[in-house]
Amino acid sequence: MKTQDYKRLYIWEGPVRIFHWINALCILTLTITGFLIADPPAIMSGDEASHRYWFGIVRFIHFTAAYLFVAVMILRIYWAFAGNRYAHWRNFLPFNKKGLQNMLHVLKHDILLIPERKPGLSSVNIGHNAVAGLAYLLMFLLALVMVFTGFGLFSNNASWWFPKMFAWVPAALGGDFMARTIHHLSMWLIWFIVFVHVYLVLFHDWMESNGEVSSMISGFKFFKKERFKEE
Amino acid sequence: MVKSDKRETYFDAIIKMGYTRRDFMKFATFMAAYMGLKTSAIAQIADALENTPRVPVIWEHYQECTCCSESFIRSDHPIVADIILDKISLDYTETLMAAAGEQAEAAKHATMEKYHGEYILCVEGSVPLKDDGQYCCIAGKTALEQLKEAAAGAKAIIAWGSCASNGCVQSAYPNPTGATPIHKIIKDKPIVKVPGCPPIGEVMAGVIVHVLTFGTLPELDRIGRPKAFYAKRVHDSCYRRPYYDAGLFAEHFDDENARKGYCLYKVGCKGPMTYNACGSMRWNNGVSYPIQSGHGCIGCSEENFWDNGPLYERLTGLKGFGIESTADKIGMGVTGAVAAGIGVHAIASAVAKRKAKRAQRAEGKTNEEELKA
Repeated sequence: MKTQDYKRLYIWEGPVRIFHWINALCILTLTITGFLIADPPAIMSGDEASHRYWFGIVRFIHFTAAYLFVAVMILRIYWAFAGNRYAHWRNFLPFNKKGLQNMLHVLKHDILLIPERKPGLSSVNIGHNAVAGLAYLLMFLLALVMVFTGFGLFSNNASWWFPKMFAWVPAALGGDFMARTIHHLSMWLIWFIVFVHVYLVLFHDWMESNGEVSSMISGFKFFKKERFKEE
Repeated sequence: MVKSDKRETYFDAIIKMGYTRRDFMKFATFMAAYMGLKTSAIAQIADALENTPRVPVIWEHYQECTCCSESFIRSDHPIVADIILDKISLDYTETLMAAAGEQAEAAKHATMEKYHGEYILCVEGSVPLKDDGQYCCIAGKTALEQLKEAAAGAKAIIAWGSCASNGCVQSAYPNPTGATPIHKIIKDKPIVKVPGCPPIGEVMAGVIVHVLTFGTLPELDRIGRPKAFYAKRVHDSCYRRPYYDAGLFAEHFDDENARKGYCLYKVGCKGPMTYNACGSMRWNNGVSYPIQSGHGCIGCSEENFWDNGPLYERLTGLKGFGIESTADKIGMGVTGAVAAGIGVHAIASAVAKRKAKRAQRAEGKTNEEELKA
């Protein structure tokens, strides 16, 4: 009889999951409030201006979420050194031979859906695959662009040294106009990655039945027993 | 009063013009206030104007509309126009000097030689670089030659207005004459940028009085603008700011909200991105400024303001993607492409999944049969 023996493996540690979900929440909040700031809806009422502050509150939420975004980013950077092998920073620089091979494999069999003649166990990715790692590097760089342009635009109104550190950014870009445009455009690029990311998570869960989606909450994924021996 | 061998001071000239000492002190106070200095600086300004000989000024005009000069001569203290501009300081300015033609050029060259390394060069306008600079020629020389010649002996350069600071309208896409701001041509002299189309007259007066009286440049920001006037956004000193925070916006220029004086953010006000002193100093002797007159800020003191999207909408154009395209259009295009890609991929994976399932089912059935047996 041929039965499959699956084993549970703890992959995503607490800090990684906390980062992931707070980061996701921040991106969503920042995008919604960002759109409101870019093009505020006409909310009419007979109230005096002194009784209302909704736009100020929207901006407050945007700036607060930005700080949270930076905070979890710092947590994740720390965990890229302190965490387990699946959280390690090397996952996000897959430029060695193994990484490039894995990238080719993912492109061929996951993206282009070319059937594998002889499915090898070593091509089953336990943590991030190489393409995903590269995508998260890009995401990280885009997040840095957002932080630099965002806090650069914010710096003029700030009294704390942290946002003031970014005051040179709009100046270097030729003014707030360009900084704002880049801030806005990078938001779309982040969402481009988010859409692909969410789709591929569902895709892998569906195709590989390894508990990909629930692992983002529980931290556990399931793999064939044979795969462990190689790891 | 003035010894013949001594160079005239500003104070001498002011008294000669018939102003009283009281007028002079008022002027010094005005200037200190413009520059945002503390009260003890009033004495410093008065002292400098009384004791330092006047600094010669050469004021060049290249590709521009003279709105900077117009703004400056309307600066609200008469001594600025009378003394600094009309009577004593300007050794050369095409627009306002009495001399013309060869006489004017001779006066300029005399100043450049006599006060080499001492005079202040004020530049109004941008310099065309395309086609050998033939688009702007003065006295048989191109603006580029004129600028290099005048800059060589200058102590410092003041770039008046957006033309000299960042190119302004002539450098707007497609920039047919290759209009270039001063700081991209002259690299070895201290340059103060006083952007605006035009800059506020009092700002100009404040900058030039600072340079002339203290002999140093005012404190500059990263872009090279005087911090005293360009440290804040128009938005941050706008009297309509409370409406912005309350989320009360004019939707059109002729709607009820516009009449109520609500924030002009949604009709394209560029105040939130524009660094200038309009909100605090205002124009025409502090009477008003664009937003107070019901029109959004067009961002005239910011780089590339002509190419930074439409004046009456909250969009930001992108160079290289065409003037009309905006970040949102690009974003929606990208998102649409992603959605299409995901759709195609999902269908293809469904097909692949069916095959895999068939194999799994077959495997399951074999296992079941084996268990039964």
